[in-house]
Amino acid sequence: MNRSFHKSQTLRFYDCSAVEVKSKFGAEFRRFSLDRHKPGKFEDFYKLVVHTHHISNSDVTIGYADVHGDLLPINNDDNFCKAVSSANPLLRVFIQKREEAERGSLGAGSLCRRRRALGALRDEGPRRRAHLDIGLPRDFRPVSSIIDVDLVPETHRRVRLHRHGCEKPLGFYIRDGASVRVTPHGLEKVPGIFISRMVPGGLAESTGLLAVNDEVLEVNGIEVAGKTLDQVTDMMIANSHNLIVTVKPANQRNNVVRGSRALGSSGPPSDSIIAGLGGPPTPRILQNFHPDEAESDEDNDVVIEGMLEPARSPQAPGAPAGSLSRVNGAGLAQRLQRDLALDGSLQRLLSSLRADPRHSLALPPGGVEEHGPAVTL
Amino acid sequence: MRRFLRPGHDPVRERLKRDLFQFNKTVEHGFPHQPSALGYSPSLRILAIGTRSGAIKLYGAPGVEFMGLHRENNAVTQIHLLPGQCQLITLLDDNSLHLWSLKVKGGTSELQEDESFTLRGPPGAAPSATQITVVLPHSSCELLYLGTESGNVFVVQLPAFRLLEDRTISSDAVLQRLPEEARHRRVFEMVEALQEHPRDPNQILIGYSRGLVVIWDLQSSRVLYHFLSSQQLENICWQRDGRLLVSCHSDGSYCQWLVSSDTQQPEPLRSLVPYGPFPCKAITKILWLTNRQGLPFIIFQGGMPRASYGDRHCISVVHDGQQTAFDFTSRVIDFTVLTEADPTAAFDDPYVLVVLAEEELVVIDLQTAGWPPVQLPYLASLHCSAITCSHHVSNIPLKLWERIIAAGSRQNSHFSTMEWPIDGGTSLTPAPPQRDLLLTGHEDGTVRFWDASGVCLRLLYKLSTVHVFFTDTDPNENLNAQGEDEWPPLRKVGSFDPYSDDPRLGIQKIFLCKYSSYLAVAGTAGQVLVLELNDEAAEQTVEQAEADLLQDQEGYRWKGHERLAARSGPVHFEPGFQPFVLVQCQPPAVVTSLALHSEWRLVAFGTSHGFGLFDHQQRRQVFVKCTLHPSDQLALEGPLSRVKSLKKSLRQSFRRMRRSRVSSRKRHPAGTPGEVQEGSAKAERPGPQNMELAPVQRKIEARSAEDSFTGFVRTLYFADTYLRDSSRHCPSLWAGTNGGTVYAFSLRVPPAERRMDEPVRAEQAKEIQLMHRAPVVGILVLDGHSVPLPEPLEVAHDLSKSPDMQGSHQLLVVSEEQFKVFTLPKVSAKLKLKLTALEGSRVRRVSVAHFGSRRAEDYGEHHLAVLTNLGDIQVVSLPHLKPQVRYSCIRREDVSGIASCVFTKYGQGFYLISPSEFERFSLSTKWLVEPRCLVDSAETKNHRPGNGAGPKKAPSRARISGTQSDGEGALATGVRLERPWSVASAMAESE
Repeated sequence: MNRSFHKSQTLRFYDCSAVEVKSKFGAEFRRFSLDRHKPGKFEDFYKLVVHTHHISNSDVTIGYADVHGDLLPINNDDNFCKAVSSANPLLRVFIQKREEAERGSLGAGSLCRRRRALGALRDEGPRRRAHLDIGLPRDFRPVSSIIDVDLVPETHRRVRLHRHGCEKPLGFYIRDGASVRVTPHGLEKVPGIFISRMVPGGLAESTGLLAVNDEVLEVNGIEVAGKTLDQVTDMMIANSHNLIVTVKPANQRNNVVRGSRALGSSGPPSDSIIAGLGGPPTPRILQNFHPDEAESDEDNDVVIEGMLEPARSPQAPGAPAGSLSRVNGAGLAQRLQRDLALDGSLQRLLSSLRADPRHSLALPPGGVEEHGPAVTL
Repeated sequence: MRRFLRPGHDPVRERLKRDLFQFNKTVEHGFPHQPSALGYSPSLRILAIGTRSGAIKLYGAPGVEFMGLHRENNAVTQIHLLPGQCQLITLLDDNSLHLWSLKVKGGTSELQEDESFTLRGPPGAAPSATQITVVLPHSSCELLYLGTESGNVFVVQLPAFRLLEDRTISSDAVLQRLPEEARHRRVFEMVEALQEHPRDPNQILIGYSRGLVVIWDLQSSRVLYHFLSSQQLENICWQRDGRLLVSCHSDGSYCQWLVSSDTQQPEPLRSLVPYGPFPCKAITKILWLTNRQGLPFIIFQGGMPRASYGDRHCISVVHDGQQTAFDFTSRVIDFTVLTEADPTAAFDDPYVLVVLAEEELVVIDLQTAGWPPVQLPYLASLHCSAITCSHHVSNIPLKLWERIIAAGSRQNSHFSTMEWPIDGGTSLTPAPPQRDLLLTGHEDGTVRFWDASGVCLRLLYKLSTVHVFFTDTDPNENLNAQGEDEWPPLRKVGSFDPYSDDPRLGIQKIFLCKYSSYLAVAGTAGQVLVLELNDEAAEQTVEQAEADLLQDQEGYRWKGHERLAARSGPVHFEPGFQPFVLVQCQPPAVVTSLALHSEWRLVAFGTSHGFGLFDHQQRRQVFVKCTLHPSDQLALEGPLSRVKSLKKSLRQSFRRMRRSRVSSRKRHPAGTPGEVQEGSAKAERPGPQNMELAPVQRKIEARSAEDSFTGFVRTLYFADTYLRDSSRHCPSLWAGTNGGTVYAFSLRVPPAERRMDEPVRAEQAKEIQLMHRAPVVGILVLDGHSVPLPEPLEVAHDLSKSPDMQGSHQLLVVSEEQFKVFTLPKVSAKLKLKLTALEGSRVRRVSVAHFGSRRAEDYGEHHLAVLTNLGDIQVVSLPHLKPQVRYSCIRREDVSGIASCVFTKYGQGFYLISPSEFERFSLSTKWLVEPRCLVDSAETKNHRPGNGAGPKKAPSRARISGTQSDGEGALATGVRLERPWSVASAMAESE
């Protein structure tokens, strides 16, 4: 323990181009390092991983945790490069047996995503690597987008804000204001709700789809007219898991020109056209929505069932000991995902601990770090 | 998008809804907020009270109530009931006069405004020329004399308010008809008093503020008599036979003047300063009332020695050598005395003094020696100490009802035995079908039990929890403070007492089990008391226990108040509810939720730190659970800690100061052109000045686990249900927190025969974290037929069907944002209603109510009655969670009104419209409590038969109205305070 800690310190401080990798298979950890600037080929990496874990005889998929804590796949050179270059400072790699991986899923929100029968598509694994192997659409994190372009008037814009992880703030403010409407009686001033401010670094700002002084017309399909600022605030927060706002942008120059699509652009008129471009780590991708995803805002409550040792003994405020976490509606969570989730909660816990050293809390069992042999290459 | 579409209207369901639901605000219980005027009609025997918000309320016999509201919302300054008529005149502070009348419609009387009128002078006259100071309705009921600030008396014809200009009695006309020696210096003074001669309707008395009083003959327009006093006149009173005048003055004196035609004496018969010789305050009103026993009653307001008692609000009664100054805790608005109503009777024979103070009504029996107060059947001062919580229990068993009344009647021994003297009108309301109790918790540690069955909210019993604790004040200090030979002879009356000994004593939660007569109350300093009804006084020791809700978590520091110190030895308790168990939470934070299960003998309580379960049979703690989130700093410091915010607010105020200095400099730039330029350049930038003008903004941020007060326990619920598996049901305890977490504990309660031997065991069975993390406001288990589980002991008393234990149970969790039904025992979401996401409103209160149909006698449905933060009331169906109806009930700005709302089990509810008034509303078509009454002027209730006989000898009139059926007695003792809700509960509501 002491030794490995020392090693990693060495790596971090003396060889800046080295990326520390922590590879996890089941309950086992392996540690090694890679060159940040020359990570090499995916095939070599795959061999290395399989060798380190002594599982060369089984077929595995490799994933990594990105900065947002989402589990993304490593299955070609490109995403391998991306994984290594974006590691800060530790690259956490997760290995799953292929059979298991098929039942689970990678990608953002994988914790709550429903299982889908996609096993057949999975066959094109690392074996048929003759052509470029890209991840499945669902392996990517859904990002914020403009939707319903065919339904909404050209001057309006319907935006779906996709939150990933709980850490990133939605990040905007709304205010009361007045807008001018054309009515049968001429121009009239009517009260409206406007975006007043963006939080720097917040989700709304990073998508670039909303701007200050945009007028909010609808929240998740419900008209805002006649509602108070507080009501609209509550509606937005209550829908924050899947917030769809229809706005009238203050800047009308960037509107989607519908004519071009009518002239016969390729492909069917899809739900979503433009992907919001996230911050630096967000890959630039085209987003495809599953039609049923509109209903995927199921807020899955977490149910913990378990026996508690009879009462009066002191209890850590975290997860109860020996409890089994189950995500409602998703069936039994993958072990991997649970570990990931625990890691997340542990990080949060640790950060809160760091903030106030007075707290001496028992860590949730299973969440204690750094066991097993560390291998340095 | 389908879910946004409105569901198709099912005509059958729509018709059924009309039979089940209907919204009405029916009665206002309690004492009118900010009363400003008092009126009484001796012929109708009806009392009228006007308020500063422009409301007038009429009260007669219990159950006879009327309310009217002026459109102008101006304060009512005077009310005059026209003699012998069902009509009244009100004067508002905008100088407008209004005529109201009680009209019979469909068998019941209704109060309505007929006419309004504003007196206008000739163009160019000063506004004071027509500013009305006194109103005198003439006994003919056709004329109204209006005294004004200019000294003119105008005459107006009723009912059309036609100004009779030729009959105006101008001050000039009066001056000209005065003898020479009285004419000097008497110009431009206002009319202070107008009185009609008690025997001769052609004579009126006009009193001017500078001290001149004239008796004016209306027929011949001349001055019959005039009287000159050296002091400013305040008011005047005419003896019943018209031969004596009594005037009161601003120096605290009153004078008697003989009215006799033979000699015009310049000096009063007698002049007296009752509380002299040191300077006194003005006597503002005086009544001189004759009595067949001989000496008159002199009753006057004010006149206290300025230096030592100038701050008291007193009314003095002097009769036959006795003198008492009734000392009120709030300002006296007005008073009246109930006398012989027959104008031809020889004597006044006063029997009751009615005093309207700012915070309460006090009625004093003048016929019984010692002048004891009379208990009020209505107009109780609910806020005698500020109301901190309320709890409603429907359908009280008769036995418990009688025991509570018996306990209460012993507390009322100091009241007069006189029957309620204001008994005009007839109540047509049928007797209430069931007995309902409303329990209010107060800031001074008392719980008041009110009869809420009918139109009149009557105090039945008052429980004080103070004796359990050591407090600073000696309880006997106030009672015997007054010595025998004190001068002035002050006597405290009334129950309004705004001062709380210790805010920690405040009651925050109440739970009464009507079958077992167990009561649990919980307070501000984390104290939980379990009480039992005992018909005998007892000396007993209260078992004490401490519940450590933090459980060894180091590093948390409670910065709030200390816990209360409990008395350790045996304490004497009066008959009534007597405490036997005291649990004190540690840290002593406000108890935020409470549940009592009288069958299992368990009490559960929660604070912002956690919750616990206590076995009050074995007197031991079963378990405690800490719900704190480690990062929730705010919860740890306690609601009273203001350290952080003080620092912040100081900083902000400094910034604001600096900013305002900067901006004011900008607004007034100095003369040099350079500076002007600089100023304008600054103004270009969005500087601090613009920031200050920025509109209100709201941040859009998803709720995270780190929000403060997540551990705050909002609701606790006992249920016998399938918690672990679908084959065995077991007792369970459910708790919901502010952070959207629901904890479920399965309990093992030993059977009755071994109840004392084996301990109650509990273990955590489930924990549900709602993803939207909104505060949980209600938890409910539905049985196999989707009917809510009955209350404990309800089945044992044959008052409810036993729940269906065959089908699968369902769990309903109501958060501020969503209603969600889960299956049991495996908790998986079944259906939900996302209220906030659709409407932007949040659930503040939720309660199950049974709605009966007005058509089918035995048809009824269980639904959820919901109050939102916008003040809307909705009915949401069970178990399908379909919104049924929505009514707007409370203004959304009225936070204390929304926080105070309670629902009954039968679709009614109460909320505070002011610190002293409950508004009663009904959502049900079947259960409706509203006043229906009849007042008839022709009804010659020939007042007091046997002229002059005391009210006690008066034949006991059939006291209509069912509210009286439970026996006489039990009246209001009241007290009150301005602060409506305690800090902690207000914070909880604003979350």
